[in-house]
Amino acid sequence: MERILEVKDLHVSFHTYAGEVQAVRGVNFHVNKGEAVAIVGESGCGKSVTSQTIMKLIPMPPGEIKKGQILFQGDDLVKKSNKEMESIRGKDIGMIFQDPMTSLNPTMTIGNQIMEGLIKHQNMSKAAAKTRAVELLEIVGIPQPDRRVNQYPHEFSGGMRQRAMIAISLACSPKLLIADEPTTALDVTIQAQILDLMKDLQKKMGTSIILITHDLGVVAEMCDRVVVMYAGKVIEEGTVDEIFYNPQHPYTKGLLRSVPRLDLDRDEPLTPIFGTPPDLLRPPVGCGFTARCENAMRVCQEIDPELNDVNGPSHRAACWLQHPLAQGRS
Amino acid sequence: MAKKPIDQNDNLLEIRDLKKYFQIGENTLKAVDGVSFTIKRGETLGIVGESGCGKSTAGRTILKLYDPTEGQIIFEGKDLSKLSNSEMKPLRREMQMIFQDPYASLNPRMTVGDIIGEALDIHGLASGAKRKERIQELLSLVSLNPEHMNRFPHEFSGGQRQRIGIARALAVEPKFIVCDEPISALDVSVQAQVVNLLEQLQEKMGLTYMFIAHDLSMVKYISDRVGVMYLGKMVELAESDKLYSKPLHPYTQALLSAIPIPDPEIERNRERIVLEGDVPSPMNPPSGCNFRTRCPKAMPECAAAAPQWKEVEPNHFVACHLYN
Repeated sequence: MERILEVKDLHVSFHTYAGEVQAVRGVNFHVNKGEAVAIVGESGCGKSVTSQTIMKLIPMPPGEIKKGQILFQGDDLVKKSNKEMESIRGKDIGMIFQDPMTSLNPTMTIGNQIMEGLIKHQNMSKAAAKTRAVELLEIVGIPQPDRRVNQYPHEFSGGMRQRAMIAISLACSPKLLIADEPTTALDVTIQAQILDLMKDLQKKMGTSIILITHDLGVVAEMCDRVVVMYAGKVIEEGTVDEIFYNPQHPYTKGLLRSVPRLDLDRDEPLTPIFGTPPDLLRPPVGCGFTARCENAMRVCQEIDPELNDVNGPSHRAACWLQHPLAQGRS
Repeated sequence: MAKKPIDQNDNLLEIRDLKKYFQIGENTLKAVDGVSFTIKRGETLGIVGESGCGKSTAGRTILKLYDPTEGQIIFEGKDLSKLSNSEMKPLRREMQMIFQDPYASLNPRMTVGDIIGEALDIHGLASGAKRKERIQELLSLVSLNPEHMNRFPHEFSGGQRQRIGIARALAVEPKFIVCDEPISALDVSVQAQVVNLLEQLQEKMGLTYMFIAHDLSMVKYISDRVGVMYLGKMVELAESDKLYSKPLHPYTQALLSAIPIPDPEIERNRERIVLEGDVPSPMNPPSGCNFRTRCPKAMPECAAAAPQWKEVEPNHFVACHLYN
């Protein structure tokens, strides 16, 4: 399968008064053409920093890409200048942000915000861009698009703003769409509409999607593969079925056990994960999950485990319990 | 969790046709527009609905943080809606609140000890060494280190702050607590910690909760009964398991079907009811049934008159013309 994106050994730090926060500490994953990959994890695990680094949207300084490669269609984005990135952002890679209220420009009409990319990247005339903007609003299901195109974000409801944002990000038919918590700020009935829309567009346009979320239900509904992050690292990855039905890392197992399910009886007690994630100003030497892990061993404190294949090449976990030697394999 | 059986006839609170309107310029915003329900002693009543449905306003009006426009709030036989602020003060000991945002609801300039102690001071419950002892007891009750009473809120994580908010509510030994989205600002793994704590405290102290949230899976988990609100009105109220296994109101059905379940196999085979459009403005709600503009089952009579709030099965209330 063709890989559209490959992130290799990515390290991102932020220099603060308190010291260097190692937000992303050696992340590896890839996205195949046409698939939807979820990145899940708690706040501060580095999932948003990873996605913003792909777009080169982190402010530098204080941010710094310390190491690693981001290969997009074979090209290393880390080496690209800001100018070169401008012709990739919005054209080849689109992004949907969490909060549609703050990520749209309140002083520009929705139409102008969609047209911006079309005029810049596709050399469209103003008139042609406007016609396309109306079409796009119609595709994302906004009623009366020819009237709505001239309105400002404050005249749109939350769900409609998110639709408008999707229209902007899809304007130039990007090959990769990064959606950072696209439905977190929305109500569930509106979330269902937006997820339906994204699935539909993915099918029609063959776009690859990176979906960043903490909602495991959304992952089960939308994605083909899952990357689980913890304390700035990938600790497990696999297909949705592998992750949901056969999780290997104690953190992934804990995450799945700590959410109540609508379809199950309420008599089963919830099992929380005790404690809090480590401080990335002073990241732990060994496995970042040691302090919260019920299966922690001495080796976990001292040496950080690598991602190892478990049950086949698509499923990998970074845990000493899954190490080939611990499994009696060699 | 083994909970004491709830006496279905022992109403701690009875809400009768409660209304809360806000005047905005010349317009009236009907945030809560005539809701009636009871809360039994020792139970957890979940209230769910989307943003703007009036669930938080209902919770705050019941505690008289807002003055009700109309209706009665009967707490242990006494109607709170008519009481003045000074008459309310002794009753505030009985009813407390836990807020959504653990960052905004704790005064950043006060130590944790003073945040919890303030409640003790106001109601004259303890002073001097007794006060300190009580604060430390409360901190251990919510599984925080009692030695941390001199620290400030910023030194705690979100989940720990929510525990401080819970300790503050418990300081005055209330009977009833309104929990307004107490876990929605927390990470998934921490949410379960706080929910388990709330359940343990309920068992230990016989507390009654009104649990307001938009996360229906969590509400199902914690509540004995659940009420669903839409645009200022309650549309359905039933026992938790019943509401989820046999929802009657088309809105409840759509709401439940919209929630993604963390199981890929189920998700692949699920038919979803996707509602069209957005919630109408509460300044200018539709005539008749509020929900008719988005309802897949709307009929002509839905526009003509608002449906009655009816007990269609024992303990299962619904307001919908389909069941008249």
